[in-house]
Amino acid sequence: MHWWTSGGESAAVQELAAAFNKSGGQWVDTAVAGGEAARAAAINRIVGGNPPTAAMFNTSQQYLDIIKEGMLNDIDAVAAKEKWDTMLPAPVISSIKVNGHYYAAPVNIHMPSWFWYSKPAFAKAGITSEPKTPDELFAALDKLKAAGLVPLALGGQGWQEYITFYSWVAQVGGTDLYMKFFKDHDAAVINTPAFRKVLTDFKRLKSYTDAGSPGRNWNDATSMLITGKAGVQIMGDWAKGEFNNAKQVAGKDYGCFPGFGPKSPYIIAGDVFVFPRTKDANAIKAQQMLATSMTSAATQVAFNNKKGSIPIRTDVDASQMDLCAQAGLTIMKDKTRQIAVPDMLLAPDVGGAVQDIISKYWNTAQSVDDVVKALQGAIKG
Amino acid sequence: MATPPKPPPRRGKRQNWAVNFALLPMAVTVLLCYLGTVLWSIVVSLTSSKTFPNTNFVGLAQYEKLFTTDRWWLSLHNMALFGVIFVIACLALGFFLAVFIDQKVRGEGILRTIFLYPYAMSFVATGLVWQWMLNPGLGLQEAVRQLGFPNFEFDWIISQDKVMYAIALAAVWQSAGLVMALLLAGLRGVDEEIWKAARIDGIPVWRVYMSIVLPMIAPSIATATVLLSLGVIKVFDVVVAMTGGGPGIASEVPAKFIMDYLFNRANIGLASAASVVLLLTVLALLLPWLYAKNRMEKNNNKGH
Repeated sequence: MHWWTSGGESAAVQELAAAFNKSGGQWVDTAVAGGEAARAAAINRIVGGNPPTAAMFNTSQQYLDIIKEGMLNDIDAVAAKEKWDTMLPAPVISSIKVNGHYYAAPVNIHMPSWFWYSKPAFAKAGITSEPKTPDELFAALDKLKAAGLVPLALGGQGWQEYITFYSWVAQVGGTDLYMKFFKDHDAAVINTPAFRKVLTDFKRLKSYTDAGSPGRNWNDATSMLITGKAGVQIMGDWAKGEFNNAKQVAGKDYGCFPGFGPKSPYIIAGDVFVFPRTKDANAIKAQQMLATSMTSAATQVAFNNKKGSIPIRTDVDASQMDLCAQAGLTIMKDKTRQIAVPDMLLAPDVGGAVQDIISKYWNTAQSVDDVVKALQGAIKG
Repeated sequence: MATPPKPPPRRGKRQNWAVNFALLPMAVTVLLCYLGTVLWSIVVSLTSSKTFPNTNFVGLAQYEKLFTTDRWWLSLHNMALFGVIFVIACLALGFFLAVFIDQKVRGEGILRTIFLYPYAMSFVATGLVWQWMLNPGLGLQEAVRQLGFPNFEFDWIISQDKVMYAIALAAVWQSAGLVMALLLAGLRGVDEEIWKAARIDGIPVWRVYMSIVLPMIAPSIATATVLLSLGVIKVFDVVVAMTGGGPGIASEVPAKFIMDYLFNRANIGLASAASVVLLLTVLALLLPWLYAKNRMEKNNNKGH
C-alpha cells in the first residue's frame, strides 16, 4: 500500500515489485493517490483489523503512535541479518528503531532541499559560477532579476514554503541552530540574532518569486527551470524526475548543489514501509522477504534511479547514478553532514503548526517579532 | 404542534406500542449515531489523543491550544467573512431570480433548470472550474487581456486579502439557484388577490414586493437562511478544490482545519475540540431560529 502514482513513481515501484516477485513473493499493488489519503487509509485498515501486509509512510514520526499501540510487527530478524545497525545512516535508524526494535524498512533517502538551477538562465544572466554562500546566491538572484527572468521558481503551497524555510535554517543558520530548534524544541534559540537573521533572509527570498507563485505545483515550478524561464528552485531530489522526463541532463542542462560549501548539512528524508501486526506465519514470512528484497543493493539502485532519491546504503554501484545522486551518495559517507528532516524530529501536529506559521509569515506582512512569538508557542507542542 | 385527539383507550394502547416499536430503530440510530458521536467527540476533545483516541484526560488544554493557534482564528475569521458575503449575496440574487421568473416569462421551465443546475453539481467540480476561470495565467484575466486590455487585473484567487471573495463568488454561483427555488415556491404561495388589490390601489410593484410580499414569504427566507448558514459552517470542498487553503493559509476554514488535524496531523484531540466548537456555533445559529419559529407558531395558534 503506497501513494506512488505519478509516472516516475510508478516506474520506480515496479522495480520493488519485480525484486519482490523474483525472490518468491507475490506483489499485490494498492496505490492510493495522495500521501495523506494513503496514510489515512492504511491507519484505518490497521485499526479496523484488516491491515495491508505492508504500508508506506515517510521516514518520520507518522507511524510512532501505531508502534506505541503495538499494531506493527518488528523486522529485527531482517535488520540483524542485513546489519542495519552499521549500514544505515543514523537519522534513518533513529526514525525506524523504536525501543530497540526495527519497525520499518527504509527504501530510499530523499534530500528535500537541493538547489536546482537552469544553466541557460544562468548563462543569460551572466552568472559564471555556482553560488557558494548565501550572499552569492542573493547576488545571482539579483542578476537573474535584472535579466528579466523569474529568479526563484517557487510553488506557493504550504509544504514548499516549509522546505524553503528549513533549508534556510540548515544552510544559513547551521546544523546547531537547526537541531536546537527542530530537535530540542528550544524556544529561547528562536529569539537569537542568528535565528532572526534566518527569518529575515528567508523573507527576502520572496521578492525573487513571481506573482503566479501562490498555489503552484512543485512540478510546474520545475518546468519553469526546464524552459529557462526561471533561474533557481529549492526542491527535493524528486525534481530530477521532471528533468529526466524533459530529457535534460544534470551538469549540462541544469545544475544542482545541496547547500553552501563542502561542509553543508545534508537533510535526510525518505520513505519507509511498515508491517502491520499479524499472526499469520505466511504473512510474516512475506513481510520479512519484502523487507529484505527492498533493501538489497541491486534493488536499491534500480529503484532509486527511477525515483530520483539515493539508496539507503552506501555500498552500492554508483556508476549507474546521475551526477546529483552521486554527489549525494558521497556526502552520505560523511556522517557529520547528515541531519534529519523536521518530520523525523517533530510530531506531525507540531510540524504542521510550524508550517502554518511560516506560510503565514511568507504570505503576509507579519513582523519578525510576531513570528518569533508564534514559533515559540508552537514548538513546545 | 397541535395536540392529536386522544385515541380511544383500548385499541390505542396496542397501537402506540406498535408505533413505538416501529420507531425504535430510528431512536437507536439517533441515540447512537448522532448523540453518541457527539458525546464521543466531546470526550476525546478533553483528552491528549493523538493518532488514536486515548483516555488521558487533560481538561480544557486542547481548547486552550486551539484558541492560541493562529490558523484557527484565521479560519474562524474567514468563515465569518465568507458567511456574511455568501448568505447575503445568495439571498439577494436568489430573490431577484425568483422575482424575475415569477413575471411569467416565457421558457420559465428552462430558465429554472438553468438557474438550479449549478446546485446539482458538486462543490469539487464547481471549485475546479472556478479555479481555472480565476487563475490569472489561464482564465478570465488572461482572456480579457488577450481581447486587448493588457492591464486588466483579476487575481483575487492568488491575493491574501481577496481570496475569500473569490471563493464566495464560486459558492454564490452554485447556491443562488437553490434560494431561487425556495423563494419562488414562496412567491407562488402569495395570493393573486393581493396583487389585484395592490394594482387597484396603484401601489408600485417594487413597493408591493418590499412591504407585502417579502414579509409574507418570510418563512421561506428563514429556511433558505438556515440552509445557507449550515453550508457556511460546513464549507470545505470548495476551498480544497479552489485554493487548498492558500495562498499561504489565507483561505483556511474550520472544516479544513479539522480534517487536517484529524487525518494528516495526527491530533484527533485538537480536531475534536475544534469540531465541538463548530457544533456550538451551529447550535448558536439554530436555537434562536427554533425559538422564533416556536414563538411564531404559538402566536398564530392564539390568533385562530
